[in-house]
Amino acid sequence: MSRGVFGAIVARDLRLAARRRVDALLPIGFFAVAASMFPFGVGSEPNLLRQLAPGVVWVCALLASLLSVQQLYGGDFADGSLDQMLVGGTSAWTIAVAKAASHWLVTGVPLVAATPLFGLLFGLDAAAIATLALSLLLGTPILALLGGLGAALTLGLRSAGMLLILVVLPLTVPALILGAGAVVAVESSLSPRAHLSLLGALLIFSALLAPPATAAALRIATE
Amino acid sequence: MSAIPSALGTPSLDGALARRALLSARELACRRGDRLLFSGLDFEVCAGDIVWLRGANGSGKTSLLRVLVGLAGAAEGRLDRDGAAGHAVYIGHANALKDDLTALEALQFLARLQGLPADADACAAALRRFGVHGRRHAMVRTLSQGQRRRVALARLLLAPAQSLWMLDEPFDALDTDGCATLREALAAHARGGGGVVLTSHLDPGLHDPEPAVVQLDEVAAR
Repeated sequence: MSRGVFGAIVARDLRLAARRRVDALLPIGFFAVAASMFPFGVGSEPNLLRQLAPGVVWVCALLASLLSVQQLYGGDFADGSLDQMLVGGTSAWTIAVAKAASHWLVTGVPLVAATPLFGLLFGLDAAAIATLALSLLLGTPILALLGGLGAALTLGLRSAGMLLILVVLPLTVPALILGAGAVVAVESSLSPRAHLSLLGALLIFSALLAPPATAAALRIATE
Repeated sequence: MSAIPSALGTPSLDGALARRALLSARELACRRGDRLLFSGLDFEVCAGDIVWLRGANGSGKTSLLRVLVGLAGAAEGRLDRDGAAGHAVYIGHANALKDDLTALEALQFLARLQGLPADADACAAALRRFGVHGRRHAMVRTLSQGQRRRVALARLLLAPAQSLWMLDEPFDALDTDGCATLREALAAHARGGGGVVLTSHLDPGLHDPEPAVVQLDEVAAR
């Protein structure tokens, strides 16, 4: 039954995103605008842009992901849907994973898909672009899982947005360092394998620890 | 899987069926923040019972329902639920309908969450019974409060016969027609061996079976 509930929640969230396209595309829009502003600010020196690119793309992806994760549980909490998810006998764990998965599908996947475009904009070569996309493919689920945890912890609080950023941002720093570092390694003709392996390990670690913590936070928030 | 005697053919609810407790609470106490709402509450919901929770505003009716469905923990006391009765169907103050789903989609989602039959036909029939079948493809945001309440309540008709219904102010926002449909559904559910716990400011107007009143003001913490 829990698999059915997982599918039901993901399918519903995707359907809601499809019906609110502007809201759903806001994070990717923010990402696009923020990343394309950098060349205007720092000048069009190609070498400088190439050096900045991995960091800029990663920071913008991180902020886009965190800005959109704030309302992950807010709507369901306010209209009683979260209560219904929790009384049905489904483990809160399943709900946490389903919500993180739907956030990743709506926000993370478009970010990864848009990466090659921004790689070209910053003058990265093919190998660096592929590494950047791969690092975001591993990194955006981490952001969704940690963001979901932050959203659950700050559920129902006033000034939840600020608190969420304070709680989650420090946790995401390792992913940022490893993700951007992988591209820097490729640019210096080194193998990005170590960075990507650590990023993968971080993903497994978050996938194991974030859902139970999120589940506990949801239980506390609805009590 | 419950061991229910074949009382289906007989209208009488006497005997084992009527005595099977779906839920029993002993010495229950409930706390909201640092305020003790009530303590020492004892009651039982047997198959075929309708329990009407009464009490002044702030006496803990909603908090008690949330304890009964397992959303919140009791401060003290014990609560036993009959596992064979399956999960309770809980309809809170909020209707839990998403503005951007159609009435039918919203009902199907909620049914799927709780493992109730969620096929379009069963859901459409439930909506028809509550008189919102004609609006099944309308977005929830275009429905009136009363119509939303009807969509939320339609879920009750998908629940198995022996289930326990926990309803927080189910008559809210309903018109005379809606109230009559709900009363009918509640009475039919009780007669079929199910249990109902409901809160209501006003007399729910149920007579067959007569609801058992649990007065929270009597156990209010002083």
